[in-house]
Amino acid sequence: MAILSCKNLNVQYDNQVALKDVNFDLEDGDYLCIIGDNGSGKSTLMKSILGLVTPKSGSIQYGAQLKNHDIGYLPQQTIVQRDFPASVYEVVLSGCLNKRGWRPFYSKEEKQRAINNLKKLKIEHLKNKCYRDLSGGQQQRVLIARALCASEKILLLDEPVTGLDPVTTKHLYDIIEELNRDYKMSIIMVTHDMNSGLEHATKILRLNKEVVFYGTPDEYLCFTNSCHHIGAVKHG
Amino acid sequence: MVSIWQEMFSYSFMVRAVLVGSAVSLCAALLGVSLVLKRYSMIGDGLSHVGFGALSIAMAMNLAPLKIAVPVVVIAAFFLLRISQNSKIKGDAAIGLISSSAIAIGVTVTSLTSGLNADINSYMFGSVLAMTSSDVKISIVLSVIVFLLFLICYDRIFATTFDESFAKATGVNVEVYNMLIAFLTAITIVLGMRIMGTMLISSLIIFPALTSMRIFNSFKRVMISSGIISVVCFFVGMTVSFLYSTPAGASVVLVNAAVFLLFSIIGLVIRRR
Repeated sequence: MAILSCKNLNVQYDNQVALKDVNFDLEDGDYLCIIGDNGSGKSTLMKSILGLVTPKSGSIQYGAQLKNHDIGYLPQQTIVQRDFPASVYEVVLSGCLNKRGWRPFYSKEEKQRAINNLKKLKIEHLKNKCYRDLSGGQQQRVLIARALCASEKILLLDEPVTGLDPVTTKHLYDIIEELNRDYKMSIIMVTHDMNSGLEHATKILRLNKEVVFYGTPDEYLCFTNSCHHIGAVKHG
Repeated sequence: MVSIWQEMFSYSFMVRAVLVGSAVSLCAALLGVSLVLKRYSMIGDGLSHVGFGALSIAMAMNLAPLKIAVPVVVIAAFFLLRISQNSKIKGDAAIGLISSSAIAIGVTVTSLTSGLNADINSYMFGSVLAMTSSDVKISIVLSVIVFLLFLICYDRIFATTFDESFAKATGVNVEVYNMLIAFLTAITIVLGMRIMGTMLISSLIIFPALTSMRIFNSFKRVMISSGIISVVCFFVGMTVSFLYSTPAGASVVLVNAAVFLLFSIIGLVIRRR
């Protein structure tokens, strides 16, 4: 069953075409890597899925299992966050906001949920630490925990390993794979890191304003070696 | 010490100034944490200049100052927020343009009507004599509204301050909360600028937040400490001003600056260990 389907999506900024006729379906439990050069529309696609950008035409439909805003998102870090005085717990708890409606305070369950996600990512000991004092890898874990508070079904990651050292990068990929394998979360990741994309993902989407390729990693290897005998591989 | 305060509060204008000032200090400090972290603190400065223009015009036309200044500054706040977020002119430059134009309008209007006089001076640098008892009522009511709205929206304000795109993606209406902060800031500034003065009111927004961030590591603690620091500094500043006949606004700013230095040193010492 599709958890997300993108139909004839067109996005424009002013008069610049950012995305052209993008079509794809994401199945429940898929691990999708979106790759492409700078300016190929990767981030725009991500923002469209999140509803941060309004498409010119076409649509993005969420599966019935995703209720409103039931999406976990790991954005790229901003300058604001680098010296932000907030405890890890406060940051993680803020992920529960989408379920809260108009209640002015967090409920007990929501607080428990934040704690559980801290445990899930093995950062419970950092609970009262200040976010700005953490290492890059720890900060990413905190933000993933926050994303898990927002959704247990789908996680979107925008270039999550930028600026991390190789060891931390590997740990982060392991966490994402674990969430996909053990907790059956669907993953959508925008990345520059082609190799680990091919290693971990179950689907590859290559963009250059339009969809250049959509299929499994094996098919992608075949595609880049320019053997086009798998007919269903090429879309767009 | 107690006798000094007894004497200080025997003047009803002092009671009014301290009442309004404490309420405004509290609101300004709470809003300031968010504004400083979002790199919007110059909006406060810009708004106070617009407030000066509005007050001068209200004065020249013999209208109640708050009734003119509050709406004008609120509109300016929305406008400043818009241009800081998306515009071809960069935010800080745009604020510069608007502030200096507003000051120029204010000064011109005043000199054409009543001439440059003590009023201008008291708008620029504040005066404890400015508050009438109806001002006190309006100020207290507005401050209470600011405080309550802030409390109710606290978690969403945290979310939009920390990470706008995540908040947006999880369904927080970020624009509304940015507008809300700008709106509350506008009201706070207009209320406070007659005591603190156009040139000095933005210190109430910036100092307590930065001071608290030297030491405290969670958003909630920074908020609470900013509120307390702001009110205490205001009170101490007023007492100093009363004792040594120094200008009220300037005394409050100097006390804030001293506390900032103190907290910076404490913060350095804590981090060294």
